[in-house]
Order: sequence, then structure tokens, then C-alpha cells
Amino acid sequence: MAGILFALPSILGLIMFVMLPMIASLLLSFTDYRIVNTPKFIGFTNYTRLFDGTDPYFYNSLWVTFKYVILRVPLGLVFSFIAAFLLNMGFIRGKSVFRTIFYLPSIVPAVASSMIWLWLFSPDLGLFNSFLEALNLPTLDWLYSEQTVVPSIVLMSLWGMGSTIIIFLAGLQGVPRSLYEAAIVDGAGAIRKFRHITIPMMTPIIFFNLIMGSIGAFQVFTEALIMTQGGPNNASLFYNYYIYRQAFQFGEMGQASAIAWILFIIILLVTVVFFRTSKSWVFYESEV
Amino acid sequence: MKKSRRISQIIVYSVLVVGAAFCLLPLFWLVRSSMMNSLQIFEMPPKWIPSPFRLQNYVEALTTIDFFRFFRNTLIITVSCLFGALFSSSIGAYSYARLDWPGRKLFFSLLLASMMLPGAVTLIPTFIGWRFADLINTYVPLILPVWFGSAFDIFLLRQFYSTIPKDMDEAAYVDGAGPWTIFSRIIIPLSTPPLIVIGLFSFMNSWNDFMGPLVYLNEERKFTLALGLQMFQSLHSAQWHLLMAASTVVIMPVIVVFFIGQRYFIEGIALTGIKG
Repeated sequence: MAGILFALPSILGLIMFVMLPMIASLLLSFTDYRIVNTPKFIGFTNYTRLFDGTDPYFYNSLWVTFKYVILRVPLGLVFSFIAAFLLNMGFIRGKSVFRTIFYLPSIVPAVASSMIWLWLFSPDLGLFNSFLEALNLPTLDWLYSEQTVVPSIVLMSLWGMGSTIIIFLAGLQGVPRSLYEAAIVDGAGAIRKFRHITIPMMTPIIFFNLIMGSIGAFQVFTEALIMTQGGPNNASLFYNYYIYRQAFQFGEMGQASAIAWILFIIILLVTVVFFRTSKSWVFYESEV
Repeated sequence: MKKSRRISQIIVYSVLVVGAAFCLLPLFWLVRSSMMNSLQIFEMPPKWIPSPFRLQNYVEALTTIDFFRFFRNTLIITVSCLFGALFSSSIGAYSYARLDWPGRKLFFSLLLASMMLPGAVTLIPTFIGWRFADLINTYVPLILPVWFGSAFDIFLLRQFYSTIPKDMDEAAYVDGAGPWTIFSRIIIPLSTPPLIVIGLFSFMNSWNDFMGPLVYLNEERKFTLALGLQMFQSLHSAQWHLLMAASTVVIMPVIVVFFIGQRYFIEGIALTGIKG
């Protein structure tokens, strides 16, 4: 019985801050509730309003968010994997210095990094455009054009990939040396070792980072609120910012709950799809 | 053969150096801009090094709005959350790792599943709940939930507790020790490193938190540093030199804590992936 007592805070926390709010938000999503009135049951109206386009921002924010996820997740995985792989090479000196440098950006508070990047992206005075000018390339509007705003925020997010790099690095260090040695005996070169040992052994960790990275990317928020307020012309109205705006700026709690539930279902579906496909490409040692 | 190896080493180093430059450049640019006067900062093409170094920016940034109050507020929240996180995760993880009770597996899997839940789903009803409790614009909504445990912390610590040999508990049981004694005399003393990891993560989370304070705090004198910085930006958006000085001040404590606890950070992050 002592067990329950020790776990009690976490059980209560789970009930009070996860399960009850989840049920409440599902119920709210079927109501008209603008923080000041009493909730009124309106069936699926909140949902149909979204899907039939009465609320013009729904599809817009979905599209913007998908665009971000599709760019950010693969790029993030590839860049951090390359960084970790190179860092893990035998001859590298100053490994821990590099590791510290790569990790450093990810501890910077999102508000502060938004300020830094806002400044770097500044069209007239920013560092990036002055680089482009120095190279005689056309300058970009970065956050101020509908075409470049999402890629710019992706670029900024790649700056904070530190923890993914560290997780990959730890995984690479855990690949048994004996496998590589056996491969060398069999006459395998660097590329074959990479393709047939490193990649398969790393698939569980790639999978973990894929899941966590996608869940995180769907919820991008602070950057949009501070740097663009969803602009220009709603081109960076990320889904979470859309929910925030609906709930806390317009006070449409019922509508916002419906929007939030759709996000939850999307994330759930994406995760399920990943898990389903994982059987064909994720390699677990214990299965051998 | 030897030559080609040399070349490939040079390529690898170059890629790493470019990566490191990408990581450091924005931080360098921040500090550089924070020490320029309002004329230098607008010069095109930009200068790399401020001349003269204008440290007065920091004084101005810190006095334009009440940064010391925001600092104090942030510290209050951070410290309260830190103790909450250590308390709730250590007892919770102990129970899930070591004790047997009906429903343990169920609750642990629910806990893990809750990590995938987007915060936005629970935020709205939780906000309404705090509003009914009349606790909006207080620190309670930011602190109290932490005392009820975070799934991530409990998971991380449970992974560690599972590596402590069970013989030790069993020997203590034979000697008549109860779970509390085992927890406080055996488990806690052995788990200083992961507790430091959790403490550091907790510090970072509350120090860097933006959405929580944004939603729950609406009076300026209650603001945290993150909110204060955003307010500063909306009031003085063209004064980049001051904004950069203010941002540097907000980042500094995190950087200091990071360098002090660096080893634990790296180990802690690495640990999350391994059994993921």
C-alpha cells in the first residue's frame, strides 16, 4: 500500500492536470463558450465551422503548420545525425568542446532566441542580408514575406537542435565496436559499414527522435507570437498560435477546444502511422 | 591512401567548424550588438566589434523597465518549481520502479502516454479551472502542477532507479526497514546525479517558460523575465542595442547554470534517448 502513497502525487497530477482537463476540453469542444457566458451545447457546430471553411484560418494554419513540420523534421534529423556522426569519428579532437557548442543554443530561452533571430533576419539591418549583399546575392525579406517566413523559422529552429545531436551521439557511442571490427575483417569499407551497421543500429534512436521531433514541431508557438504574430498575411499562423489566439485573445474557449482536439487527433494519427511503419524499418537488437 | 585520409579529415573538421560557427554566430552577434550605441548598430555594412564598447546599454535596458522585479519573480517561480519537481519525481519514480501496487502498470503507461498529449488540449480547461479558483494572475497555476510530478522527470528517474541492484532493498527489508527508510537511506543517496539532472531541467523549464506566464499573468508587477523581455520589445522595438542588452541579461543566468552543470546536462539528455 505504501506504493500508492508514494505515487499519489503523480496519480493525482495525472487525474487533475491531464485526464479531467482532457475530458473537459472534449466536452467544451461541443459548446459555445466565450469565457463570459455559460457553456451552451451546440453539437458539432464548432467542428463543422472549421471544416466547411466558415473559419477561414483553420485550413490556413493547418497548411502552415504542415509545411513547417515537413521541412523541419527531416532537416533536423539529417543535420543532427550528420553532426553527431562526424563528432563520433575516432580522430576528432576537442569532441567535448564541439558538443558544448552544438548544445549551447538549445538552452537559450525561446523568447530571447526569437529576439536574436528577429535581429539577424532584419531586412535592412540584419546580419543575414548584409552577408548576402557582401556576396552580391539578392537579399531576402525573411520573416516579412509569405514565401520565406516558414523556411526562415525552420532555419532558426535548426539552431536549437542540440539535444537531438546529443541523443544521436550517445546512440552512436553505444554501437558495439565488435560489429565494426567484424565488418573490417570481412573487408567492408567506410560506406558499407555506415550503411549496414551504423544506420540499422541507430534506427531505434532515429525513430525516437522522429516521434519527439514531430510532436514538438506541431506545437511551435513562441517564435510565431514574438517574431511575426502569425504574419505576414497569416503565412506563419501556426496551429498552436491559432489556438492561443482563439482562446486567449478572442475568448472563444469552446471553439478553441475543438481546434485543440483536432491537433491532438492529428498528432495521434501521425504517431500511429509512424509506429505502424516502424516495424519495417526500425531494427531492435532484442528481436535477433 | 594516407593522403586521402588526411583530406577526408580536413573535410570533416571543416564541416564541424562551419556547424560550430552557425551555433555561435547568433550569440556573438547578440553580445556584439548589445554593446554598440544606436548609431553604430545601424551602420551598413555592419562592424564586427563595437567601438567604443557601450556598457551603458545594460544600465539603460535594466532601468527602462523593472528588470530586477522580473528577475525576483522568475526566481521565486523557478525555485518553487525546482523543489516541487525533485519531490514529486523522486517519490513517484521510486514507487513505479520499486514498489508493487494494483494499477501500477496502468498508471505508468498513462503517464508515458500523457507525454504525447499536446499542451494546448489541457491548457484551456486548466485555465478555466484556475479562473474558477480565482487564482489567475498568481503564481499558483505555474507552480502547483509541478508538485504533482512531470511524466518526463518520473520516467527519467525511474530508468535510473531500475539500475540500482534490488538486493540492497531486500537486505534492508530483512532488517525490518520500511519503504520510506529504504527510499531516504538507500535510493536518494545513490541518485544524486540524476536528481541534479532533474533539478537542472526543471530550472531551465521554468526560467525559459513563456506560454505559462503569458496565459496566467496579466499584471506587469507579476511578470517574469521572459514576459518582461517581450514587453520590452513591444515598447522599444526599434532600439535594437537595448533589446539585445536586455536579451543578454535574460540569457546569462541560464548560460552560467549550463556551464556549472554541463556534465549532468549532457548525461541527462543522452539518457532520455537510450531507453526511449
